[in-house]
Amino acid sequence: MDNIAGTKSSLTWAVNISVVFLVVLWLIPTIGLLVSSFRDRDQISVSAWWQAPLPVEQAYRLRAEGDITRTGDLWVIEGNVFAASEMAEAFPEGTDHPPISAFGTTGRDPGAYAAGEEVPNRDGGTLVINEDGSYVFTTNEDPSERPPRLYVMAETPPEFTTANYDTVLGGDGMGQAFINTLTVTIPATVIPILIAAFAAYALAWMDFPGRGLLIAAVVGLLVVPLQLALVPLLSLHQQIGIGQSFVGIWLAHTGFGLPLAIYLLRNYMVGLPRDIIESAKVDGATDFQIFTKIILPLSFPALASFAIFQFLWTWNDLLVAKVFLPSSDESWVMTVRIADDLLGSRGGDWGILAAAAFVSIAVPLLVFFSMQRYLVRGLLAGSVK
Amino acid sequence: MSPMLQGAITIVIGVGGCIGYFYFANLILDKVIFPARGNDAGRNINRANAVRPWLFLFPAIFALGLYLVYPVVGSFIRSLYNRAGNEFIGFGNYANLIADETFRTAFFNNFLWVLVVPAMATFLGLLVAQLTDRLSWGNIAKSLIFMPMAISFVGASLIWKFVYANDPDIGIINAIRASMGMDSVDPMQIPFWNNFFLMVILIWIQTGFAMVILSAALRGIPEETVEAAIIDGANPFQVFFKIKVPQIMGTIVVVWTTITILVLKVFDIVYTMTGGNFGTEILPSYMMSFMFRDDGRATAVAFVIMLVVLPVMIWNIVQARKEMR
Repeated sequence: MDNIAGTKSSLTWAVNISVVFLVVLWLIPTIGLLVSSFRDRDQISVSAWWQAPLPVEQAYRLRAEGDITRTGDLWVIEGNVFAASEMAEAFPEGTDHPPISAFGTTGRDPGAYAAGEEVPNRDGGTLVINEDGSYVFTTNEDPSERPPRLYVMAETPPEFTTANYDTVLGGDGMGQAFINTLTVTIPATVIPILIAAFAAYALAWMDFPGRGLLIAAVVGLLVVPLQLALVPLLSLHQQIGIGQSFVGIWLAHTGFGLPLAIYLLRNYMVGLPRDIIESAKVDGATDFQIFTKIILPLSFPALASFAIFQFLWTWNDLLVAKVFLPSSDESWVMTVRIADDLLGSRGGDWGILAAAAFVSIAVPLLVFFSMQRYLVRGLLAGSVK
Repeated sequence: MSPMLQGAITIVIGVGGCIGYFYFANLILDKVIFPARGNDAGRNINRANAVRPWLFLFPAIFALGLYLVYPVVGSFIRSLYNRAGNEFIGFGNYANLIADETFRTAFFNNFLWVLVVPAMATFLGLLVAQLTDRLSWGNIAKSLIFMPMAISFVGASLIWKFVYANDPDIGIINAIRASMGMDSVDPMQIPFWNNFFLMVILIWIQTGFAMVILSAALRGIPEETVEAAIIDGANPFQVFFKIKVPQIMGTIVVVWTTITILVLKVFDIVYTMTGGNFGTEILPSYMMSFMFRDDGRATAVAFVIMLVVLPVMIWNIVQARKEMR
């Protein structure tokens, strides 16, 4: 389609650039979440996710447990900060150490002095920490019982970890919530399909009085706000003994999903070639046979697109789950777990929140990218005329 | 019994029950009630065929009636009773709503949402659809912009919590402000404008939807009309605004109304981001604040949402009836 009339090369350039711009704009939020979910907790708090591949200037706190000698009135501690046990985790023995960029004597300002500077310490002596980590600390009190604290700043290489995912899936209950979401989603996707398929066939290919009215009713029901259904149905469920339970939410999702299912499937079935159905009828097939042997297999694309819709919708739903499932730890689905629990209890813990969000969106994204074709087809069948 | 096992059993019962119902109902209709035998064979076949559609439709009509039609009536009746549900108070709940400052805020904010979100999402969707139309990598671009459609509103809210975070080491907005030497702000606490920052999230999600549908509509435009315009000397902007847009106006309206309806129902974003604080309440989240506490008021709010949706619903039905003729 290149070089068709009306396209100018300068315009093509502008188009390319603006699309790149829009795509980047659209992706940035999600990428930020993904990167953050794999970052080390301490690194998240000191540098932004877009600086994740860069080394981070981090502060470390350690005790000066070096060799103590006595010269005159003073005790002198000599050693290397990288030998301290507190540093072993970030800088294992035998690896190259980054230079110490700054140091301090208080936790409030751990980078107060440049490396190599000799400064007074709080015990009446002096402290110097060099770039290679070696330090000399002098004091006029015996430091052997409580070695003094030192604070150093060093560049730490970027660190990526799956620790956030371990925390979220284990202790924070997202593992259980994941299973609950799956438990809600699968029956709520499978059950409406068959009910809707039979109804759609009747509305598409059977002649009976009131058909047009029913189709109009389905179109109208497509937009009924779910909010209306919550109170009456919950009390109905309680009266018939279902209460807040998985059975209740399956029924609710089935009911709420039906208008779209019938609408999509009918639109698709109406488009199937009339000849096939009529010749089957001539050959003596019953409606039931026509439906199961011809219509159902031919409608596979429409069935697939509704299944994807319903799957995404039930997986991502918060409202119905909040109302129709018991509000307890063991039956929370992921959206409720995030919105009602993690955002409160883990509010400032960005790594955990990111990992939790990503656990909840991973499956829909997978479904989305592998079945996009059907999703698009379903959207089009539903809206373009 | 573990929920997983319960789920598996439910699928078996549900699917098996459906197939069993349809199969045996047909069998009974054809062999027992109206058998195609004997003197009445012809009449019986006709009778069976008149009943059969209702056999096929029954489970769907039952479920739709119970889960969508009954609630409209049930909610309305419930909204006329007090909190405990034992005293008829007429339109008392509605009067309380109108007297409530928060309700008026919610109504006004919802009005803003309906005004801004469908317009922006449709506009951006149309823009992307047009820009990517002839691009060699257009499909990849479209698929990436479409992606937020798969993400839950809660997930999307969390994603944007990162963008809006107060800490310039987390939130990109405040990082940009910091690099220009400005102080950190919490976008969620800026009165009035915070509504628009929340709308951005829904626009981010819905643009992909608009784009997919409008892009298909653009493809459906007859090539000749565009070529004729170009031969007549129209520039690309004229081709777009004067030739293409008028031809897909019907689809644009459909997209617009679909997103409008969605906007009236989504409570997740406000619930997750602000909990309705800082003057960001909208009707669906306002309703949830009464759910489980005051059913009378909750149903009254729900019914107000229904009234707002009603014109769109009627328009949809009229459109659908027109197409069927």
